[in-house]
Amino acid sequence: MSTVAFAVIAILTLAAALAAATLQKLMHAALSFAVMFVGISAFFFLLGAEFVGLVQIFVYIGAVAVLIVFTILLTRDDTGKVRSFNWGGVIVAIAVFAGLVWAIAKTKSLPLTPSQIEPITVQRIGELLMTNYVWPLQCVGVLLTAALIGALILVMEEKS
Amino acid sequence: MTLPILLVISSGLFCIGLLAALSRRHAIFILIGIEMMLAAANLNFIAFWRFGPQPAQPTGMMVAIFAIAIAAAEAAVGLAMVIVVYRHFRSTNVDQLDRLKG
Amino acid sequence: MNSWITNNVWLIPAAPIAASLLILAFGKAARRAAAAVAIVGQIAALTMSIFAFVPTLHSHGFRAVQNFTWFTFGEQILRIGFVLDPLAAAMLLMIALVGLCIFVFSIGYMGEDKNFSRFFAYLSFFSGAMLGVVVANSLLLLFVFWELVGLASYLLIGFWIERPSAAAAAKKAFITTRIGDMGFFLGILLLYHRSGTLLFYDGGRGCLEPVALSAIGSSVTLVALLIFCGAMGKSGQFPLHVWLPDAMEGPTPVSALIHAATMVAAGVFLVARVYPIFSVGAINGVTPSLTVVVWIGVITGLMAALIAIAQFDIKRILAYSTVSQLGLMMVSLGAGGVAAGIMHLLAHGFFKALLFLGAGSVIHGLHHEQDIRKMGGLHRLMPITFLTYAVGMMALSGVPFFFSGGWTKEEILHATSNWPRSHLPHYLALIGVILTALYMTRQIIYVFFGNRRAASEHAHESPSVMAIPLIVLAVCAVFLSVVLTPAWPWLESYLTGHPARFDARLLIQPMIVVSLALVGAGVSVGIWMYRRAGEADPLQHAQPALFRFLENKMWIDEIYGRTVIALSAILARLSDWMDRHVWDALVQDIGRIGQFFGRVTTSADERVINAGVDESTSGAHGLGRLMSRWHSGQIQTYLGAVALGMLALVLLYAWLG
Repeated sequence: MSTVAFAVIAILTLAAALAAATLQKLMHAALSFAVMFVGISAFFFLLGAEFVGLVQIFVYIGAVAVLIVFTILLTRDDTGKVRSFNWGGVIVAIAVFAGLVWAIAKTKSLPLTPSQIEPITVQRIGELLMTNYVWPLQCVGVLLTAALIGALILVMEEKS
Repeated sequence: MTLPILLVISSGLFCIGLLAALSRRHAIFILIGIEMMLAAANLNFIAFWRFGPQPAQPTGMMVAIFAIAIAAAEAAVGLAMVIVVYRHFRSTNVDQLDRLKG
Repeated sequence: MNSWITNNVWLIPAAPIAASLLILAFGKAARRAAAAVAIVGQIAALTMSIFAFVPTLHSHGFRAVQNFTWFTFGEQILRIGFVLDPLAAAMLLMIALVGLCIFVFSIGYMGEDKNFSRFFAYLSFFSGAMLGVVVANSLLLLFVFWELVGLASYLLIGFWIERPSAAAAAKKAFITTRIGDMGFFLGILLLYHRSGTLLFYDGGRGCLEPVALSAIGSSVTLVALLIFCGAMGKSGQFPLHVWLPDAMEGPTPVSALIHAATMVAAGVFLVARVYPIFSVGAINGVTPSLTVVVWIGVITGLMAALIAIAQFDIKRILAYSTVSQLGLMMVSLGAGGVAAGIMHLLAHGFFKALLFLGAGSVIHGLHHEQDIRKMGGLHRLMPITFLTYAVGMMALSGVPFFFSGGWTKEEILHATSNWPRSHLPHYLALIGVILTALYMTRQIIYVFFGNRRAASEHAHESPSVMAIPLIVLAVCAVFLSVVLTPAWPWLESYLTGHPARFDARLLIQPMIVVSLALVGAGVSVGIWMYRRAGEADPLQHAQPALFRFLENKMWIDEIYGRTVIALSAILARLSDWMDRHVWDALVQDIGRIGQFFGRVTTSADERVINAGVDESTSGAHGLGRLMSRWHSGQIQTYLGAVALGMLALVLLYAWLG
C-alpha cells in the first residue's frame, strides 16, 4: 500500500513540477505548481512530518500560489506569448541532475529504512520553537515583517 | 521508500526548478522555479531527518519550517518586484530587463 | 462476490466519479462517448449496489464497516470509513436506479445542447458524490461528500451560465446551503470535542454507539440541532427553503436529480443516519431536538403546499411539492417514524423523478414553454407522458393501494398520530395531504386536459430515449407499493430489523380510510375548482389578495432581502470603509517610517562612504571594464553560472568523500 502510494505521489509530484516548468500558459503553470506542492506535502505526511506538511499546504497553496495567480492577473502582457525558451538552461539542468544522481549513487552508506520514532507532536515543536529555536524564530519574525513592509513599499503607487 | 530514492526525487524536483528558472523568459516562472528548488531542499531536510540516526531530535523539521517561512517572504517580495518591474517596463520578460549590463 | 463488495463499498461512489473525470478528460467534442461513459459508470454503480443489497437481506441488522486511518497528526489519529447497512443499501439502490433513468432521459433532453459532455460529467459527479454521502461511515467523510454534492448542484443549477437568472439561482443555492453547513460543521466540531470520534460505527466506540453518546452529555441537543442546520439547508426546510424553487433554473434532468435522488434526500438521510444523536435520552420518543425537527417539518410542509397552489410554472409547482414532502419526511423522523420517513424518501425518489422527467418531456415537447396557462389538452398529443405523469401524480397525492406514495404517507400519518407531545402536527399533516391532492389535480388539469392553448399547438410526444425512463420509473413507483403495505411491511422490517409476517387483515387500517377520504376530497375539490380553468386561475379570481400572497411565495425572499441581505450589505460597506480609512492609513504610516530610514541611510551613503570609495573605484575601473563583458545583465545567465558552480562543488565533494 505504502509503496504504491509512494510511487503514485512521486510520479504526480514530478509530473506536476514538469508541467509547472514547461506549460505555455502561466495560469496553467501556476495551478500545476499548486498540485506539485500538494504532492510534496504528501511526501511529508508519508515521512511522518505532518506539521511541516500542513504548514507547507497553508503557506504554499494558501498564500504563495494565490499570490502568484494575483501577480499573473495584475501583469497581463502580450510579450509573454512569444515563444521563448532558453535551451542552454535545459543542458545545465540535465547536467546538474546527472551530477547529483552520480553523487547519490556513489555514496555508499545511505540508510535504507527509516528509524522508528515517537510521533513528534505539535506541542513538542512549539516547545522547541520557544526554547532552542527562539532566536531563529525572532529573526524570522523580523524578516517577515521587513518583507511585508518592503513588498508594500515596492508596489505602492508613487504619488504624482 | 528508501533514502536514495527520495534523494533522487528531490534532485529531480530541484533540476526541474532550475530548468524553469533558467529557461523561461517570464519573471514569474523564475520565481516558481526558485520556490521549487527550495521545496526540493525541504524534502531533503525531512528525508535526512527521518532516515538519520537521531530522529527524536527534529532538527530537520525545524529547518524545513524556517525555510518555508523564508521562502514565503521571498515569494512576497519577489512578486512585488515583478509587479513593479511590469509597471515600469510594461513587460515581465526578463530578456528585456538588462539595465544592469555593465 | 458479495463479501467482496461489502469490503469495497467505496467502489460504488468511485465509479461515477471516475466516469466524470474521464468525460472531462475527453473534452467537448466527444459527445457520444461522454454519454456512454456516464451511463456505463452509473450502470456499474447500480450493479454494485445490487450486489451490496443482497448480503443485507440475509440477516436482520446487517452492518459491514471498514474503517481505516486517514492520517495521523501527532498523537491524534483521524479515521474515516465506509459502512453498509440496510439504510445505506436501500438508498444506494434508489439513487443508482433513479440516477440511471435520469441519465438516459438526459440524452434526449440535452441532445441539442452545445455543452452536452460537460453536462454528463457534472451529472456523474453529482451522482457519485451522493452515493458517497450514503456509504460514509464518518461524519467528516460525509461532510466532504456533502460539500461535493453542494458543489455539483452549484455547477448544474448554473449550467446555462449565460442566463443571469441561472447564475443567480446557482449562487443562491450555494450560499443558502452554506449557511446551514456552517451550523453542520460547528456541530461536527462540537461532537468531536465531546466524543473524540467522528466514526459512526466503530465496534462499540463510534459516535452513534452508547459509549460515545453518553460521553457527549448535556450538549447532545446542541449537537443535534447544529447538525440539523445542515439538513435544513440541504433539504430545503423553512427558513432555508428559498433556494430550492429557484434551482428550477437548471436543466430539467438536474431538477429531477436534485429533487428526487440526490441533494434534498441528503438532508433527510443525514437526520436518519445520526438519529441516535437526536434520540438520546428520549422520554416516550420525545427529545427537544426531535421536537424542533417536527415543528420545522410541519411549517415547511404546510407553507410549501400552500405556495404550490398559486404557481404557474410547471417545475415550480413540483419544486414546492418537493419542499412540502420533505417537510412531511422531517415530521415523520421527528415523531419517531424513522422507517416511515425513509420509506417515503425512497418512494418519493421514484415518483418525484418521474414527475420531473414528465414535466421535462412536456417542456421538451412544447419547445421550452413552462407556463401551465399556455398548455392544455396534451393528453392526446403526449399519451405516454400523460399516463406516466398521472401515475406520478397519484403516487404523490397519496392514493392508497396501488401507488407507493399512498402507503408511505399513511405510515407517516400513523407515526404523527402517535406523537405524544401534541396532535397539532398530525392534523396539519392531514391538511397537507388535501392540499397536495389539490395542487396536483390543478396542475394535471391545466397541462393535460381542457382546451389546447397557445403552446400546445405544435406539441409532440418525446422520443423513446426519454419515454422509456418514464415508463421504468412509473413501474417502480407502482411496484414499490408491494413491499410497503402494512399487510406485508417488508421494507419497514428490512430497515428496522424487525421480522415481517404476511397478514392480509392488516391491509385495511383506519388510517387508510382517512387518507383515502382526504385524497378523494382534495382531488374532487380540485376538479370542481379548475374544471373550467382558463388563462386566469379561479382562486385568483375569487381571492386576489390571498393568491398574490401565495404567488409571491409569501414574500419570504423579499423579507430576506430587506433584513438579512440588507444587514450584510451594511456590514460589507462598513468593513470597506474600515479598509479604506483605518487599515490603509495604518499601513501608509508604517510605510512612511520605512521611507524615513531609507532617506537617512542614503544621505549617510552619499556624504560619508562615497567619498572614500570614489578614490578606490577609479583603480578598480579598469578591472571592472574587463569583467563587465561577462555581465550581460541577463539574470538567467547569472543563475546558470551559479548552477554550474554548485555542480562543480557537488562533484568535488562526492569525488573526495
